[in-house]
Amino acid sequence: MVETKEEKKTVTILFAGDSGDGMQLTGSQFTNTNALFGNDVSTFPDFPAEIRAPQGTIAGVSGFQLNFGSVDVFTPGDNADVLVAMNAAALKASLLKLKIGGTIIVNLSGFDKKNLRLAGFLNDENPLTDSSLGKYRVLEMDVTKLTRACLADTGMSVKHIDRSKNMFVLGVLYWMYNRKLDTTLAFFKAKFKGKQELIEANTKVLTAGYYFGDTSEIFTSRYEVKPAPLPKGVYRNMMGNQATAIGLIAAAKKANLDLFYGSYPITPASDILHELAKHKNFGVKTYQAEDEIAAICAAIGASFGGHLGITTSSGPGIALKGEALGYAAILELPLVVINVQRGGPSTGLPTKTEQSDLMQALYGRNGEAPIPVVAPCTPSDCFDVIYEAARIAVEHMTPVFFLSDGYIANGSEPWSFPLSKDLVPIKVKKLSAGGDDEKYRPYVRNEKLVRDWAIPGVKGLEHRVGGLEKENETGNVSYDPANHELMVKLRAKKVVNISDTIPDQNIEIGEDSGKVLVLGWGSTFGASKTAVTELVKDGVEVSQAHVRYLNPLPKNLGDLISRFDKVLVPEINDGQFVKLIRDKYLVDAIPFNKIMGIPFSSQEIKEKVLEILG
Amino acid sequence: MENAEIKLSGKDFASDQEVKWCPGCGDYSILKQVQSTLADIGVKREDTVFVSGIGCSSRFPYYMNTYGVHSLHGRATALASGLKTARPDLNTWIVTGDGDALSIGGNHLIHLLRRNLNVNILLFNNEIYGLTKGQYSPASPKGTITKSSPMGSLDHSFNPLALCLGADSTFIARSMDRDPKHLRAILAEANNHIGTSMVEIYQNCNVFNDGAFFTFTEKATKGNTTLQLEHGQPLIFGDNRDLGIKLDGFKPVVVALDESTSTDDLWVHDESDLVKAGILTRFFDIPSAEMTLPRPFGVFYKESRSVYEEDVAIQINQAKEIKGEGDLNSLLAGANTWEVI
Repeated sequence: MVETKEEKKTVTILFAGDSGDGMQLTGSQFTNTNALFGNDVSTFPDFPAEIRAPQGTIAGVSGFQLNFGSVDVFTPGDNADVLVAMNAAALKASLLKLKIGGTIIVNLSGFDKKNLRLAGFLNDENPLTDSSLGKYRVLEMDVTKLTRACLADTGMSVKHIDRSKNMFVLGVLYWMYNRKLDTTLAFFKAKFKGKQELIEANTKVLTAGYYFGDTSEIFTSRYEVKPAPLPKGVYRNMMGNQATAIGLIAAAKKANLDLFYGSYPITPASDILHELAKHKNFGVKTYQAEDEIAAICAAIGASFGGHLGITTSSGPGIALKGEALGYAAILELPLVVINVQRGGPSTGLPTKTEQSDLMQALYGRNGEAPIPVVAPCTPSDCFDVIYEAARIAVEHMTPVFFLSDGYIANGSEPWSFPLSKDLVPIKVKKLSAGGDDEKYRPYVRNEKLVRDWAIPGVKGLEHRVGGLEKENETGNVSYDPANHELMVKLRAKKVVNISDTIPDQNIEIGEDSGKVLVLGWGSTFGASKTAVTELVKDGVEVSQAHVRYLNPLPKNLGDLISRFDKVLVPEINDGQFVKLIRDKYLVDAIPFNKIMGIPFSSQEIKEKVLEILG
Repeated sequence: MENAEIKLSGKDFASDQEVKWCPGCGDYSILKQVQSTLADIGVKREDTVFVSGIGCSSRFPYYMNTYGVHSLHGRATALASGLKTARPDLNTWIVTGDGDALSIGGNHLIHLLRRNLNVNILLFNNEIYGLTKGQYSPASPKGTITKSSPMGSLDHSFNPLALCLGADSTFIARSMDRDPKHLRAILAEANNHIGTSMVEIYQNCNVFNDGAFFTFTEKATKGNTTLQLEHGQPLIFGDNRDLGIKLDGFKPVVVALDESTSTDDLWVHDESDLVKAGILTRFFDIPSAEMTLPRPFGVFYKESRSVYEEDVAIQINQAKEIKGEGDLNSLLAGANTWEVI
């Protein structure tokens, strides 16, 4: 058999199978191997809310989409080049995401009568035998049968053997893309430490898959995706939630503060708690509270005690924290509040992504309680932005919102990580002794209107804080009308003053003036960047700006916007940032919205830009 | 000379803020006993924190010349849990009421008790909502007539100490606003206990529920209606200390002490006996009791159990022993890196 090598710049693979088929693991292993090889990668896991939805059904399909390339990649790919379908339901649920002419790798055992029926193929309909897949290249293999044969003499039960079938597919893909097995073999050794039989079994299946690619005649070509020309540096692969956790540890360390993390488990935020709980050797205190309210209140308590208090949740959990958020704002204590947004309202779409909590973050409290809001735009950007959130919180004595989302949280990309010494210092001003005043006045402010952090244990600083309106400077309870207005204005001005410490808004791609500005925030970054990059190449007068500081907004944003004829605001919601822009700058910004629980494709943004240009 | 320890008095623990409870409120006495107990114990003002929720009693921290946090309704227990986990060195007191602790804050209360942080909870029980002007509380007996229950409340009431014991509290005690000496003694014992100390304090709201506990607090009646618990002592009460309690199986029975009854037959209070503590907490709702049982005051139960904040510190030390002190550069780099040249 003649083997040909075909060079590809980027490839998008979609692994789809039953939620018990291990597609997330397969995808992340393939990602790590490609990242270590030097490709630029971007990933998008997409799984059902149910842990084990009925086997074989569409509801139970779990997907992992991965885009890797020898060029920069900013998104997990609009459409897949390769679809791995472990059963009929996976094929049915994912086929629309496959490019015309794309390759489908199917597991034949997943297309038996029962699987076809469960996937809703009626009357003996079978996509593998009729002509419905004519537009694609279908590679059939009986993964289940081959895996069982491979481990037949190990004495393992069929149930256990079948759990390894994802590794067979992974082996085949490693062959197809000419990758080494080393990363995954090392993973087996760490994951199954002390269970030699599992290490051997998985190694055997992975290798068998690799050789199957090599020897079987169904593959006529291998693909070559060369390393991407990323800027010089040392890289690692990084997921959003992981970057958030590591960023918190880094911020605490650089601020010389102990980190207290109060959290209640919720999808898709829990992985931050899991990651932090692994790093107790940094002195991290993770506190799994009895509910969302307790989680934030405990964090506020820790913050009063001089720790860096953090609380994390997702939309519905943030709703529960609302009262305590206003409380942290009136106390003027540092607090970082992480919202890994998901589809709403209410329980909504727990495992799907959405950007629909911006208004909640900006305004979702009783009374006048402004809180700074920042948002990362890619998985590794979570590190920089959470670090900023912590800096703002302690340097400005305020709660700060960090708005991530499910797409960023679970996605991954190569990250040129910093060294500890290169991180900007975080200046904490804790008072170490009582002043000359006979009585300490906790709400005296500096020129930025920031009060001091007076921590229990210091003689002479004894004071009381609370949610009742406080008298300016003394902090005593006050019902004085003029004092209330003054305090509301002072707290608001303190937040506005933060804009003096944040960078100007930059233009990401394109000229600094022109016909259209694509103005986004959060996880739409990659799709916008890909779209605008391609349009600029085609000579379209379009630019991209992507905002990380949502409150306060960068000082130059209004001026930047005014230099474009039209402003397009793509968001994964029904139009929230666009309202803010229209409100702040009185411009006729154009909303572009998608509320399907999935990210924009770059194609969608491209078409919209061309449409408004007419 | 500034480090020379000057013995503080109760007054040193009073802040400069005017106390604004209603004239005649039971809270005044409790505030005074707390201030003088702290002086007696000899804690430093700067190491002491009072955390409260919302309600009349929760104004307490403003009147203490210590660190203080007036938190959210029901959340004093939650906030104090975070504070104490962060700062095990602080002498931490929670001040709450029957509405704050048992209704809106019921969840946090039971979770604090099971975690057993080393804090003291003072639950001012007046069986009414005072600050919102007189609605029935979860501690109000069924049938209580209030503005929100003109025909009598329909809710079965909580038995606060039974609830706490059910949540595996490691220290439960009851005292009252009108017995300063007893209250000071119980506060000191609560402070000495390592773990969460729950002290229920019967407190008279003279505006909305005046006299709710008079039968236990007033001279004319309290002899026959109250029982002072003392570890190792038989359960004896009555104006003339002529009544005792013995156990008939698990059933408490009131007996008259005369020639025919020896005190040797009586139930001897044992603070470490969980089963008997359970019976004591239910003295006022044991339907099978043939006579009215007196209301117990004092320490019902205490046990020694590991405290949460210490376990947190131990685990952090273990992690440091196993992995070494966290190194930020290693954390940033992770296990798998590659270089682009």
